[in-house]
Amino acid sequence: MNKVITANHAVSHAVKLANVDVIAAYPITPQSSIVEELSEMCARGEVPAQFIHTESEHSSMSACIGAAQAGARAFTATSSQGLAYMHEMLHWAAGGRLPIVMAEVNRSLGPPWTIYTDQQDSLSQRDTGWLQFYCRDNQEVLDTTLLCFKIAERVGIPAMLVLDAFVLSHTYEAVNIPDTKLVDKFLPKKDAPFIIDTSEPHAYGGMMNVDCWMESRYHLQKATEMVNTVVEEETAEWADLTGRNLSPLQLHRMDDAEYVILAAGTAAWTVTLAVDMLREKGIKVGGIGLWMFRPFPVEQLRKVLKGVKRFFVVDRSVSFGHSGIFAQECRSALYDVEDRPKITGIIAGLGGREITQTGLATEIENAIADPGSDLIRWMEVKT
Amino acid sequence: MLEIRFHSRGGQGGVVAGKLLSVALFKEGVHVQAFPAFGVERRSAPVMAFVRMDDQPIRIRTQIYNPDHIVILDQSLPQMIDVTLGLKSGATILINSEKKPEDFNFGDAFNVVTVDASSIAVKHGLGSVTQPIVNTAILGAIAKVLKIVKIESVVDAIKEESPAKAEENAAAALEAFEMVEG
Repeated sequence: MNKVITANHAVSHAVKLANVDVIAAYPITPQSSIVEELSEMCARGEVPAQFIHTESEHSSMSACIGAAQAGARAFTATSSQGLAYMHEMLHWAAGGRLPIVMAEVNRSLGPPWTIYTDQQDSLSQRDTGWLQFYCRDNQEVLDTTLLCFKIAERVGIPAMLVLDAFVLSHTYEAVNIPDTKLVDKFLPKKDAPFIIDTSEPHAYGGMMNVDCWMESRYHLQKATEMVNTVVEEETAEWADLTGRNLSPLQLHRMDDAEYVILAAGTAAWTVTLAVDMLREKGIKVGGIGLWMFRPFPVEQLRKVLKGVKRFFVVDRSVSFGHSGIFAQECRSALYDVEDRPKITGIIAGLGGREITQTGLATEIENAIADPGSDLIRWMEVKT
Repeated sequence: MLEIRFHSRGGQGGVVAGKLLSVALFKEGVHVQAFPAFGVERRSAPVMAFVRMDDQPIRIRTQIYNPDHIVILDQSLPQMIDVTLGLKSGATILINSEKKPEDFNFGDAFNVVTVDASSIAVKHGLGSVTQPIVNTAILGAIAKVLKIVKIESVVDAIKEESPAKAEENAAAALEAFEMVEG
């Protein structure tokens, strides 16, 4: 069925199709309409899940952890300050190897108070052990939600799908909502490997001694590395079922590109428009949309950037005192490659400031003309 | 690509008008995108909403700065905000008003059309006399004046998406469609 819906409601429909057992959430703009729609679906009896209205995001994640530990399929959604408040339990979910899925609507962290988009909130959770996927449009949001459940459950790691506040979350577009049979085939319910079972009591998450704690993190890292292969398999199956392709790096006009621009979220579509504008001027530019951020697609990035002269990384975040977070990730991924491109980080669109295609194309032209600007540039900032 | 900007006040249904127009357009097989200018929503505050349509998938993700047409749901808005900002020459301005087009001065570059959507809304019991909900009447006028969508698609979209008073909303759209000169 094709329907014109917001990206937030695309998440709600995907969660309904995923046949979740537990939804625990606390409202925050711009996430709220995801769980509002889900609570209505639950009230109408369309989603047979336990819906828990918690008193905080910390409790939402705690409830999801309890549910997942009991073998239930659990979901929550949040944004910004709510995600920051969850921080402690994000580590617990990943350390506990619980395949919880969360929709994270990118909203800047205050102060100054704001409700608009940037990626500081989700990227501040980079090292919690969660998988992260950034979406460009409403269809990708629905598809990514379902893929998150599948991937998370295969490797026992929680997964976060990330979407821009308003620019994506509150925008209406046509979305193909697959039918239940297709999703049931793709995402069958399986027993979790370790669950709370009163007939066979176990303790989880208790004290572990120095002789084996470190191994718990070694295994988490190894399982996260496996995600590259799992994503390849699952996106291939999804493409077989729906005809829709997703990949860790979504490429645009990369053949013969001398310059490449990378961004994540809706800005990745803007990158393709800027690329088209610059190509018309005869500049050989290509674009990359970063879909998968954790695990970071190191090998794929090295492969597609072979022979590229300069690489421009657009960040809607800053690691203060250094540079944009994607720019750092890209630099570290490429450092050991002999013929690596020169990398320029561009900070853009913080606090919801629009990244227009003409603005971005101009910024890239200026950056090309200025070979000295390697670490950090600020696009359209008032200094 | 065709781009339309809606100007309204919070509570008049401008954002929903954009959504319903996109639903109607999608029924006719074009790619659509609809979204509000994101702000903190307050009743009666000026609100903008945007609709894009194209025969290609839509990649652009910014607000509409150079609309092909504008639709104004509240006739007092032009006195306080520059509604024609960036509007393309030759554009149509569709405005909810009991007045005549020549009563408005938007310059010579635009085609002004008026429709008394407030009276139509009140007649069909949509909102109140002081706060009529005019979005569905405006949609009927859009179908007639802008000729980008069939009135049948508009009526279907209204009936499918209205949480209440679906028939009254559809009737308001039809009446505006009949009343306004295309």
